[in-house]
Order: sequence, then structure tokens, then C-alpha cells
Amino acid sequence: MNEYAERHRQLADTLRQRFAGNGCEVIEGPAEVTLVIPAAELIRVATELRDGEAFRFEELIDVCGVDYSQYGRDQWATGTETACGFGRGIDVEAAAAGEERERRFAAVYHLLSVSRNQRLRLRVFVDSEHPLVDSVVGIWNSANWFEREAFDLFGILFDGHPDLRRILTDYGFVGHPFRKDFPLSGEVEMRYDAERQRVVYEPVSIEPRLLGPRVIRHDNRYLDEANETQDAGDA
Amino acid sequence: MPEIRNYTLNFGPQHPAAHGVLRLVLEMDGEVIERADPHIGLLHRATEKLAESKPYNQSIPYMDRLDYVSMMCNEHGYVMAIEKLLGVEVPERARYIRTLFDEITRILNHLMWLGTHALDVGAMTVFLYAFREREDLMDCYEAVSGARMHAAYYRVGGVYRDLPDEMPRYEANGFRSEQEIAQRNEARQGSLLDFIDDFANRFPGLVDEYETLLTDNRIWKQRTVGIGVVSPERALQMGFTGPMLRGSGVEWDLRKKQPYAAYDRVDFDIPVGVNGDCYDRYLVRVEELRQSTRIIKQCVQWLRDNPGPVIVQDHKVAPPSRAQMKDDMESLIHHFKLFTEGYCPPPGEAYAAVEAPKGEFGCYIISDGANKPYRLKIRAPGFAHLAAMDEMVKGHMLADVVAVIGTMDVVFGEIDR
Repeated sequence: MNEYAERHRQLADTLRQRFAGNGCEVIEGPAEVTLVIPAAELIRVATELRDGEAFRFEELIDVCGVDYSQYGRDQWATGTETACGFGRGIDVEAAAAGEERERRFAAVYHLLSVSRNQRLRLRVFVDSEHPLVDSVVGIWNSANWFEREAFDLFGILFDGHPDLRRILTDYGFVGHPFRKDFPLSGEVEMRYDAERQRVVYEPVSIEPRLLGPRVIRHDNRYLDEANETQDAGDA
Repeated sequence: MPEIRNYTLNFGPQHPAAHGVLRLVLEMDGEVIERADPHIGLLHRATEKLAESKPYNQSIPYMDRLDYVSMMCNEHGYVMAIEKLLGVEVPERARYIRTLFDEITRILNHLMWLGTHALDVGAMTVFLYAFREREDLMDCYEAVSGARMHAAYYRVGGVYRDLPDEMPRYEANGFRSEQEIAQRNEARQGSLLDFIDDFANRFPGLVDEYETLLTDNRIWKQRTVGIGVVSPERALQMGFTGPMLRGSGVEWDLRKKQPYAAYDRVDFDIPVGVNGDCYDRYLVRVEELRQSTRIIKQCVQWLRDNPGPVIVQDHKVAPPSRAQMKDDMESLIHHFKLFTEGYCPPPGEAYAAVEAPKGEFGCYIISDGANKPYRLKIRAPGFAHLAAMDEMVKGHMLADVVAVIGTMDVVFGEIDR
């Protein structure tokens, strides 16, 4: 595995040399490389990643939509509650509240190079008002369904996609269910109405409940890394 | 002269050859397919969204239910991604157990595929043979985890428990004679490893049996040779992985190229196809059955010789033993915290992929430091394969659609998620 990790360190260096500036950023993890690029650069960078001699990413493995709007928010004020007693201190609304993030949506592409045996993650942040990003179907055909999925679940629009329809949700579905502000139990429920002799949709009757709160602990073991990235926590 | 027009045919979702809930809208010119439009999502359960609302460990059973014929491989991809986030090193014995069960899973999956593919194309017997062997393998699942299919056996940091020393036996009942029971229990006198070893010795002969039914069968070849041909370039463009990619002649197997678990320490070969048609993909998968048996034998040997822990001893991630809990307060606290709250990986992201029987099964997890994943994305191999449906069946006859669905080895649990 060391050789594999080493190759990715080199890849990160090459990426830094090649794409430094114009808003591109290279993030290195354990045997993983992430390239964050502005949406306007996507097609140019993607084409080069596919064709460039040092990259040769022939295969697009996955496209993943992400909604960052509640990133780093928890439902349990661990710091204050621990100091003042045994209150459960769970606040379901806490996570949902808070200021809007400027960079709410992102499309994450996972690339694989079969000939050079390396992987790359490409992240493009999308404008939250008008989530529009160029489609990469022309570069990697496999993007077709993956982009349809990201559109269906997150409402990210892919400019130039040949057939941007919903794919996983029901015919006539309203909303984008994987957005963080879409409730887990959904908006509507369906039943057969014997009187009207057809299936009817009604607002959900399920009370949302929380089994265990979402909690962020600043574990000592990861403290160095956590300090760099954590938002204003609950200290 | 009668007017001949294109017409649209609705295939599925209630069709036995649709392998679950695939709805295909086919535009036909006579009996020739002009365009195929698969409608998926009829089995969509939002697994990824559900996982966001639960501590990491509680989503492991969901993984079994994705690709419900290769259960443990899905679990493997998921726990590997979490292990990468946490930076946990898995004990050596757990690595071998995972390798062993990944290969058992591969055989389970390929037998299911072989049986149903042959059944769709018109051969009945292979299905019955394949399910006979699946029964033995599911007994292995049951012996180790208590469940025949949805095992939830892999845990972050290892596996739930060590392999049992005794293989469960059939009990006497009113439906079978004592002789028959004794015969069935013959291989079950020793440990689970003995049982698996016995299976691995028998299995290559059984694969020969399947092959005599199909490999040189005239009808089988007429239905599969030259059907659904995919060139290596197109296979890469369309995101193919696993046997679908190897059938087109690309030598790519994560077990060799980016080894995980104990795959760098076992000896096996990667079969590669030449023509990229359904027949070559059949040959690739049948050879994989044999190679998996080889890996299983090596794992059994190693596991017999090397006892040891099967899960990390870090009780922030893995529960302490019952005995420890009884007289150690700290262990009790660890146990309580682990099962009520879980563990919090550091903020960051990780993608881990395994060579599942169908191709690359990957899990991409974004953590913001909480006890639940911020975002989990499951990369299902079948999703990319099914997306290529249109291209693979264009210009073929209606009956070939069934052969192409069969060769893709689609399972809707993972495609719809």
C-alpha cells in the first residue's frame, strides 16, 4: 500500500503545479487526493484530467451531490450541559437553525485511472441560489445517470445534460429529498381510499422523533486535526 | 400494404426476467430494439439519508440489504470507509476472516447469477444445482453470524466474533430418515473451517458440472455469443467495473491493484475476457468461482494456524467483552457510550472501495466530527452497468434484452438504494 500512497502524494504535487491559482485547491488525505475547483473551470480541468499524460482518469466512478448547509452543527450542547448537570439538553431544532452557508451545494466526482492505478476526488461548489454546474457527460458517459441522481436528490442542475429527468424518486415526486431541510419521513404519505376507490396522497401523519442526538465530541485523539477544521463549536 | 410503425413495449416491473423491479420502456421496430429506457427507483429506500440519522454502527445492517445477494461485501466497503476515517488498523485474523467471507459471498453471488441467468435464457437445471450449493454457503453465514443472509457480521475494527469451533448439525425429525440425517451431517462433524474446507474441495467438481451443462451447450452459445458486445474503451467510458469490465478484456481487479484485507497475501489469478460479449462475461464469472475457491482454501489454512483477536481492542470503537463489563466500571461505561452514542470520527472524508462480486462497491463518507455520518454515498456497481442498457441492447432482438439483463447481474437493492 505504501507505493500506492506514494503515487498519490506525487499526484497531489503534480496537481498543485498544474492547477495552482485560479481558485483550485488540493487537499491530501491518507492515500487520497481531493481537488477543489471553481464551477467555471470544471470542463477544462475534467478534460485535462482525462487526457493529460500524468492523470489519465479514463473512468468516472461516481458523482455525488452534497448539501453542506448543516455541516458541523449538532443537536446536543455537550460542553454546557456537562457543566450544569444531567439535563439531556437535546435540541432538535438547533441543527436546522443557523445562518445560511454561502457554499451550500457541491458535486463530488470520483475518478479512477485504470492505466496509472490512481484515484482522485474532484469537488465543485455550486451556487446555492441557482445550483447550476456544467455536465461532464461529454467527457465521461457514465456521468449520465449519476448526474440525474444528483439532480433528483439535491436539485443540482447540470447544464448540457442530454436527459435530465428524475431517476430514483416516484413519478410526479415533488422536492429534492436528500437536501438537509427535507424531513426524513417525507412530506406526503399515500394510502388507498376505499370511498374514492383510488390511491390518495396526504401530508404525513408521522411525528418526527429523535432516537439519539447528533453530537460532536472533540475527541482528544483527533484534536490536532479537529482544531483546524472545526467551526465555532459548543465550547 | 399494412402500415408498420415503431411501437413501445413495457417490460416489467412484474416480469420474472427483470430480476426484481426493473421497468424497461422499449421502443421497438418490429422485434428489434431501437431504444431502451430503464426506469429505476421502484425499490428506493433512501438508505443514504437514513444512515445520516443514525450512529455509524447502526447502518451496517442496511448494507446487507443493498445488494442482497452479496451481503458481506457491502458491509466490507462500509466498514472500510469508517476505518479509513478513524485510522483503525484491523487485526490480522480479522483480515483473513473478511477475505474468506468476501470470497464465500462472491461464490454465493455468482451462483445466484449463474442460476438465474441460465434460467432466463432457458436452462432449468443449473438453477437447481446452483441453489443446492448456495444452501451450504448460507449455512456458513448462519454459523458465524446467526443469520443466513443479512449477517451484519463485519464491524468497524474487525468482525463481530471469531469463527465457531462447532458447525451446527441437522437434528432428527419426522421427515427424514436417520440415515439421511447422518449423511447430511457428515461434513458437519468438525468446526466451521472444516466444513468450508470440505466445501472448497467439493466445489471445483460442481463447477465442472455447471460447465458441462452450459459452456459447450449449443443453445447457450447461440443466446450469448456476440450479444451485448462492449469494447474496452466503451466499458471504461461507461464506468464498468468488475466482471463487466474484465469481460471486455481490461485487466482490472481491486483485489490485485489496490489490495485490501488479506488479498495481497493470497495467491489467485484474474480471468479476463476477449470479445466483451455475454459469453465471455459468463466465462469470466465461472473462472472467478474457481479462483474464489483457491482463495478460500488458503484462508482456511491460515486461519487454522493463526489464532488471535478478531476485532481491535480499542473500546472507543469496539465493545468490550461481556466478562470485562461484569467487573470493570470503565468497560461498562465504554459499552454504554458505544451503544447509545457511538463514536465520533474526526472531520474529513473518505472513500473506500471493495471488489464486490458485481464490480466496484464504494462508500464515500463525509464526517463533520459527529457520531453520525454527515453524508454517505454508496457507489453501486450495478447502477453504472444498468445505465449502459440502452447502448448494449440497441439493434438486438427482444429476447436478447433478457440475456443482457442476466449478464449485467443487476440487483435492485443496490441500484435503487
